[in-house]
Amino acid sequence: MEQLVNKYARKLVQTKLGSDSGPSQPLVGGLDDKLVWNRNADEIKLLEDVFKGLNINSLIFLRPVEPYGSLIGFLAENALKSNGLIQPEDCETRTFLHDLPVINKFDPDRIIRVLKKRKSVIIAPGNTNGSSQGPAILAHGTVSPEQGFVTISSVCFAGFIKFFTDYLKALREKTATAAAHDLFDKILPYVKPIQKTLPEFTPSPFPDEETVYLAIIEAGKKVIEYELVDSYFGNVSYFWNKTLYISQTGSSLDELSGCIDPVPVDGSTSAGLTASSELTAHLATVLRTGCKAILHGHPKFSVILSMDCDPGRKAFCHFKEQCHIKCPEKRFAGATPIIPGEVGTGPTGLCQTLPLALSRADSAIVYGHGLFTIGKENFFDAFCTMLEVENFSRDSYFKKVLYLKKN
Amino acid sequence: MYGWTGNILHIDLTKKSSRVESPGLNVLNRYVGGKGFGGKFLRQCATLPWDHPDMVICIFTGPLTGTISPTSGRAHILSKSPLTGLVGDSSVGGKLATRLKRAGWDGIVIKGESRTPLGITIKDDSIEFKDARGLWGLDINAVHEKIRPGTSSILAIGPAAENGVRFASITVDRHFAAGRSGLGLCLARKKIKYILVDGTGRTKIKDHEKLKQAREDILRLTAASPALMGQFGFTCLGTGAVYDLMDNRRMMPTDNFRRTFFEHAPGLNAAAYAKTYAPKKHGCLGCHILCKKIGKKNGKKITMPEFETMSHFTALIGCMDTDLVIKANERCNHFGMDTISVASTLACRREITGIDYTKESLLSLLNDIAFGRGEGKDLALGAKLYAEKMGKPEAAMAVKGLELPAYDPRGALGMALGYALSTRGGCHLRAYPISHEIFRKPVATNRFSFSGKARIIKIAEDLNTVVDSLIACKFTFFAAGLEEYAMAYEAVTGIETSAQDLLLKGERIYYNERIINALNNFDARDDDLPDRFFTKPGSGTNNINIPPVNRDAFLSARKKYYSIRGLTTNGLPEKDKAESLGLIWNNL
Repeated sequence: MEQLVNKYARKLVQTKLGSDSGPSQPLVGGLDDKLVWNRNADEIKLLEDVFKGLNINSLIFLRPVEPYGSLIGFLAENALKSNGLIQPEDCETRTFLHDLPVINKFDPDRIIRVLKKRKSVIIAPGNTNGSSQGPAILAHGTVSPEQGFVTISSVCFAGFIKFFTDYLKALREKTATAAAHDLFDKILPYVKPIQKTLPEFTPSPFPDEETVYLAIIEAGKKVIEYELVDSYFGNVSYFWNKTLYISQTGSSLDELSGCIDPVPVDGSTSAGLTASSELTAHLATVLRTGCKAILHGHPKFSVILSMDCDPGRKAFCHFKEQCHIKCPEKRFAGATPIIPGEVGTGPTGLCQTLPLALSRADSAIVYGHGLFTIGKENFFDAFCTMLEVENFSRDSYFKKVLYLKKN
Repeated sequence: MYGWTGNILHIDLTKKSSRVESPGLNVLNRYVGGKGFGGKFLRQCATLPWDHPDMVICIFTGPLTGTISPTSGRAHILSKSPLTGLVGDSSVGGKLATRLKRAGWDGIVIKGESRTPLGITIKDDSIEFKDARGLWGLDINAVHEKIRPGTSSILAIGPAAENGVRFASITVDRHFAAGRSGLGLCLARKKIKYILVDGTGRTKIKDHEKLKQAREDILRLTAASPALMGQFGFTCLGTGAVYDLMDNRRMMPTDNFRRTFFEHAPGLNAAAYAKTYAPKKHGCLGCHILCKKIGKKNGKKITMPEFETMSHFTALIGCMDTDLVIKANERCNHFGMDTISVASTLACRREITGIDYTKESLLSLLNDIAFGRGEGKDLALGAKLYAEKMGKPEAAMAVKGLELPAYDPRGALGMALGYALSTRGGCHLRAYPISHEIFRKPVATNRFSFSGKARIIKIAEDLNTVVDSLIACKFTFFAAGLEEYAMAYEAVTGIETSAQDLLLKGERIYYNERIINALNNFDARDDDLPDRFFTKPGSGTNNINIPPVNRDAFLSARKKYYSIRGLTTNGLPEKDKAESLGLIWNNL
């Protein structure tokens, strides 16, 4: 357990959600027969009470670094003025978290009440022992601290997406508040600039299976390194020798060694049972397009742009509550189609929409979810496209904001 | 009242009478249903022998039964196990739970015994005892042909139960087995050949909109689960989809757990069955996963074997013929025998005698076991008693007398702990650590480490216990969680409930099982694995090392578990803990 609490404390810093000093240092507790923490902290006493009140084995407490601290603080403050819930509409929140409850006091009883029902609680700013150290996110796990890590990462991602989509919408509707304008200006310096330098990849063709595995591991690391995906989401595959090699479900793209499943296309084995939820979409895409490499990330501005819809038109849309599965519009981010579809299989699954989209373009954004790109022979092409689409989306977003602000 | 019908049917076979118990909402909310109520009634007669006339057999639904809550179509059957002497229970699919609930009953508690074979017909509030002497001796299929249940649900036993097989099963609606713990024999002891159920009522739901929302959340999560609804998942290939994975992870019990890799496995996997038998989806009433598979060959419908049957009837006993597995499975189903226990007992025999099976000898032995003939009489006792009788107790791969399923514990140490601590013996489902150790859900854990596993096992036992009480299918929890099911519970019953509230109910129900087992003299000596797992390695590769389970690490993890569960160092329940959970202590 000591190893795990330290690992996920480190990982929160590596993923730039926490810091290795100051108030944003992650605090991770793990409980087997004894409770262990990754470090000493004033909050431990109260968090021990939280452990006592819940049947769990881990807790992560984090005051996220900027821009997440300010973003979540802003959303939390607004939530506390209404129903106490932040309700992002991105895919991860909709599927796994449902909503993000907020409380205004670091009080174990209130925390326990929320965590009995949800995976996380946001404790709003200015109320931690009376000192203002920014909002905190607290998340629990019943199996591993990894659950708390994934939840916190998802909360930060969802908060980022929500603020930027809400802000654009508010500008369109001319309802943006002064606080929102101020926050937008405040966090701009923290938004990752357009990335132009491209990494090197192992050149294809790959001579053997071992090289395929290494190339997938390398591609996963690059996607994380360029911040094109958060937490453990996203997936990577490569088609070689009539077999699709694909990252396993719930694997971190920066830790793919030992987490890649070979799935023969002839269906002669079901060892792909632990493959990514998007296996079906990957397989269908490979067979339909003839491409070999597929990357799936959650680059933030691609996701934000996918959810941008003219409020005037949306008001009269029959499917305005079901954009993620039934958006009837043919929408694009540049040349990249924006398509509906939920995680996995099923009648509204993205496996129904993605392969067709990728047969017409080498990239597709799934509404509120993420970006898929393909490479005919290698990951380099897929990666270039991913970066290009994200750069384009980022650029488009800020152009829209600028235009709306001016007008 | 919402969710529950509020009525439990008590049947006394000795008096051929019935009465209705109507527990209040507090009692219903406390015990929930299924396993919770079964444990409540079993506790009242915990120290009686399994075959005592006053021993109960409980068949329960849950508050979610008969609603649109996903996978809520299962029933739970519980009594004292003739095979192990422990709590004996089994979750079972088909239409039974839904029909019982629609008949107006949250559950049935049966005690007493009939002098002659009978059937029980329950149609709404009408209870009839039918003469079943003409059906005694018939196999499950024949019972179905005679009764022709139509839209009713029928549970029945076969000749194995009638002839005293300790691992006799109960079959529901022809295809669904309550396989483990020998519950078929419990029915046979009371001379119940079948129970036929139908009803016209509806489960009352407090908040339809909220339930719809919970359902959507659960469906969305299961659609995102590769193990459930992916193209190689249970929906497409049935539980047999696990076969390749176990082989690939070097966890396939082979030659009675002497090896963990079966070189013939690739030709015996789910894909091989799919080619030959073109199986179609089938499942419990109201389920969207539909993991049950019904195949066809030469125009004949075939119940496809589940993963454990596929594995144990090949690797464990050294057979390499899918057709033989189909036949063995069919025979076990018709005669009413648990395929895990019977295959494991046969593997034990193979190890002791050194005699391999041919198609003819295997099928013939299955007949002998079911009908209590020759060597079959000894094999019908189960692996533990058979091996003891043969002077080779070490050849029985069982925990507390229940034969182990098809996950070798050397390849997943949470599974090792789960097997040892399970309240019904060698069972993978109490804690189901395969979920995180192999399927990577909710997140992956290191399968070769005991680190953190003691508490993980405890929490998972609580979870799966409440799942068996709600009732839902454990498979759903590869994807959804109690967070979503708490919403369904709240929507159905109108009682404010959180995931943690449900876990607490699970903890109480599970602790009660520990008390029942302690009352029957089970303690830490029984919470253990066969010695083989501590002394012999599995079949590793250059990349995957499968060493023996480290005994000290196992004992240390077990000690932690006892402390976390609130048990003594000898694995026994404690008064303070029991009372803190609101459990009665006075008969300990």
